[in-house]
Amino acid sequence: MSLPATASQTAGPYWHLIDFPEWADLLRSNGPNAAIEGERIAIEGTVTDGDGAPCADVMVEIWQADPAGSYEGEFHGYGRCGTDKDGRFRFVTLKPGPVRAEGNAFQAPHVAISLFARGLLKQLVTRLYFAGEKLNEQDAILNAIPAARRGTVIAQRATDGSWRLDLRLQGESETVFFEV
Amino acid sequence: MSYRQPAPGTQPPYDAPEYGSTHKRHPKQPLLRVPQTLTETSAPRMRPALYETTHNLAKGPGWEAQGERITVAGRVLDEDGRPIPGAMVEVWQANAAGRYNHERDQHDAPLDPNFKGEGRVFTDAEGWYRYTTIRPGAYPWRNHHNAWRPVHIHYSLFGAGFAQRLITQMYFPGDPLLPLDPIFNCVPDPAARERLVAAFDLDVTEPDYALGYRFDIVLRGRDATPMENPA
Repeated sequence: MSLPATASQTAGPYWHLIDFPEWADLLRSNGPNAAIEGERIAIEGTVTDGDGAPCADVMVEIWQADPAGSYEGEFHGYGRCGTDKDGRFRFVTLKPGPVRAEGNAFQAPHVAISLFARGLLKQLVTRLYFAGEKLNEQDAILNAIPAARRGTVIAQRATDGSWRLDLRLQGESETVFFEV
Repeated sequence: MSYRQPAPGTQPPYDAPEYGSTHKRHPKQPLLRVPQTLTETSAPRMRPALYETTHNLAKGPGWEAQGERITVAGRVLDEDGRPIPGAMVEVWQANAAGRYNHERDQHDAPLDPNFKGEGRVFTDAEGWYRYTTIRPGAYPWRNHHNAWRPVHIHYSLFGAGFAQRLITQMYFPGDPLLPLDPIFNCVPDPAARERLVAAFDLDVTEPDYALGYRFDIVLRGRDATPMENPA
């Protein structure tokens, strides 16, 4: 039996009805990860459109492994954050570890990102990698990206210690989005 | 394990000229096709203990929303017809007058203080979900002259793999606005569009209480083709 998957439709401008702003903090005190140890990090950036204008109504979702690189443990690596009027998002989480790849290989630490919004008939999927990670040099997905565009998925450490990655939906320095 | 790619024409494009909001928001570069890894084939284990459920959007202690009560039920399956148990289903919608309880919705229609318009349920072991709400109203939007959205309920679903993540909309049968709606019609395949339309269902209908609609949702199934490099 084969049933075709249901068609995607836009989340529209009013998806905030299912938003809980506290979900952007994966380490919230009453949340599932409050007792889990690891390197506490902040991930932040801005979503902009083809005019470079901020996108103020985007639902940014993240999914990541725990500090040991596992998806099977107690750590609940899911977060949701709505962009603010300036297009900004910010997550607080634990830094993920290297995730197993095929054979004996490992993927570099990364965070999966999905974007849903008015004007997106289906989600845009990308990843966030961390600048300076040794494993970045051999990560199969990162290295499938043409070198000139690789920087669009590598977060840089800001002076305040947070990891910063801006997402550009269209145009100059357009973020690399994946078909997975 | 990996999830299969969509059948041709069953998913909308990013660039849809008739839907104005896509103009500045669709990538101009082609998507980069990458293999699925553990990141895409795993997913957060959503559960009611973490994410509070709301099975009835129409009624609570001491309040009841205005409008025509309806119950919506259906199954969440994968493309092989296997039920997906424990799937988190979130819904949100306009009120009976066609207005969202949202600060940015400025449509000149009355707000209902008793209708928030969001709910969350989980599928059971056979993939069934069910909730009660009120039938939303149609509302105008600014996409083109005299543009009105057909009556719809937004759905957000999590399956067993992040690659199955889906946000969609459920429409109502016989809605005269459907043939005019750019968002609905962005799905090229007519059969795929029709699957976004719920069916009136007397078995779901609750006597003396609420009309019933059936809406099944299919998430991506596992790819049957062997991997290029079997481990």
